Amino acid sequence: MDAIPVGALIIGAKLFIIVNGLLVIAAYLVYFERKISAWMQNRVGPNRVGPLGLFQSFADVFKLWTKEDIVPAMVDKRYHLVAPLISMTVAMAAYAVIPFGEYYVNGANIMAVAPGINIGILYILAMSSIGVYGITLAGWSSNNKYSLLGGLRSAAQMISYELSMGLALIGALMISGSLDLVEIVKSQSGGKWNAFFQPLGFLIFLVASFAETNRAPFDLPEAEPELVGGYHTEYSGMKFGLFYLAEYVNMFTASCLMALIYLGGWDIPFLYEQLATIGIGQGNPLLGLIQFSVFFAKVVPMLFLFYWVRWSLPRFRYDQLMNLGWKIMLPLALANILLTGTGIMLLKHFGIM
Amino acid sequence: MNIQHNIESERMSFWEKIYLPEIGRGLALTFKQMFKPSFTRQYPEEKWIPTGSYRGRPVLVLEEEGERCVACGLCSRVCPALAIEVRAGETDKVKERYPEKFEINMLRCIYCGFCEEVCPEEAIIMSKDYELVFTDPQDAILGKDKLLIPIAQLQDRLEYLRQYR
Repeated sequence: MDAIPVGALIIGAKLFIIVNGLLVIAAYLVYFERKISAWMQNRVGPNRVGPLGLFQSFADVFKLWTKEDIVPAMVDKRYHLVAPLISMTVAMAAYAVIPFGEYYVNGANIMAVAPGINIGILYILAMSSIGVYGITLAGWSSNNKYSLLGGLRSAAQMISYELSMGLALIGALMISGSLDLVEIVKSQSGGKWNAFFQPLGFLIFLVASFAETNRAPFDLPEAEPELVGGYHTEYSGMKFGLFYLAEYVNMFTASCLMALIYLGGWDIPFLYEQLATIGIGQGNPLLGLIQFSVFFAKVVPMLFLFYWVRWSLPRFRYDQLMNLGWKIMLPLALANILLTGTGIMLLKHFGIM
Repeated sequence: MNIQHNIESERMSFWEKIYLPEIGRGLALTFKQMFKPSFTRQYPEEKWIPTGSYRGRPVLVLEEEGERCVACGLCSRVCPALAIEVRAGETDKVKERYPEKFEINMLRCIYCGFCEEVCPEEAIIMSKDYELVFTDPQDAILGKDKLLIPIAQLQDRLEYLRQYR
């Protein structure tokens, strides 16, 4: 038994927490989406299962587990099975590099699954691009015209918006000077949040994340009135559930990214200096907890924004979507890089930075 | 060529074209809605009580002396869905006829209210009962035991008929 290294145990524990935590978070994101949409429409929302309907999502997931898994006769069975798995695993894999705080045990940051990865952002961007495969494969393997249309739309949309997303990020990365998410958060400490210096970049990143996560007003891959159910028309049972949960996990990833890169992660000006004076510094587990809470408190408004926009705005038409992506967001993102670069150069020239 | 240029993007002002202020207005609207009371009725606990004008399940009026129905069969004749079946019987009472058998098949009934309109005795009227769920098709055929309702419970409908018929 003593052959198992402590490092492996720690990694296992982190993975256990992340995977289960994410599933629970995704379930509650569904619940809150239903509640908030209900409030916005002067309704009540789920309130039957458990107190305030808090167990509604678990009832839903239980239903999906016990449902018959219908696989239509003419689908490509291998890809039909693999597609939802890709969607879910890729959505979860992004959490390998997302740090939830900065608390060191034996010199390693234990608030991230794989700490110290110096290209964290690139990894997350790569993972979110692989997510397209899940949706496109689902659309293609379903042998259904509507599904195929949904899958193709998703591919086109994600590729178009990934460009402006990446370019919008460059502005923030130029200021922070690192691709490591912990370093990015550190560079924003003391209230120097990137959102203040990069309002245009933040806006572009926000809009692009809506498109990346297939959320309204960019939910064209599953536009119900046009495409029946889009790429998941032919899915039932827990395979559909995986797509559904993956959407919410992606949404949470996008919110985490926005909080980390633009809202200073777990930074609150002067909070940690004050905490250090009363003995809550590195070495005190409370610090990790506080960092996590602060981080979460920044993620939640972003999540609310996702819901809020979804239940306020109508869906874009497909040509409008492409116009916005290529003719407006891409030039704006490029202009943002230019502006940021000029700004940094000028500041360095006058010796302010 | 006489093409009128009146496309949407030409009608919009600059602020409308950049979308963001309008999106902000839309978001503000939905945010305000969040704090308004909801219209939802918690159904099984809070039940809606219809007014007299509601056409629910058709019922037979039961007075102290007995049912009003004289089994003329007009309701059965007029029923467009053929939901009503009446078999007449004779008694020694003042009203010589009574329905031996009176059945309404609620799976057929379309709640049109023709039976009520055509009834010369105001004996079959529409009630306020809208909770009509059956687990067996046989349960949906209501006999006299379920159809006869004391007149005291039907005052709203009778009052409505008196005023508006």
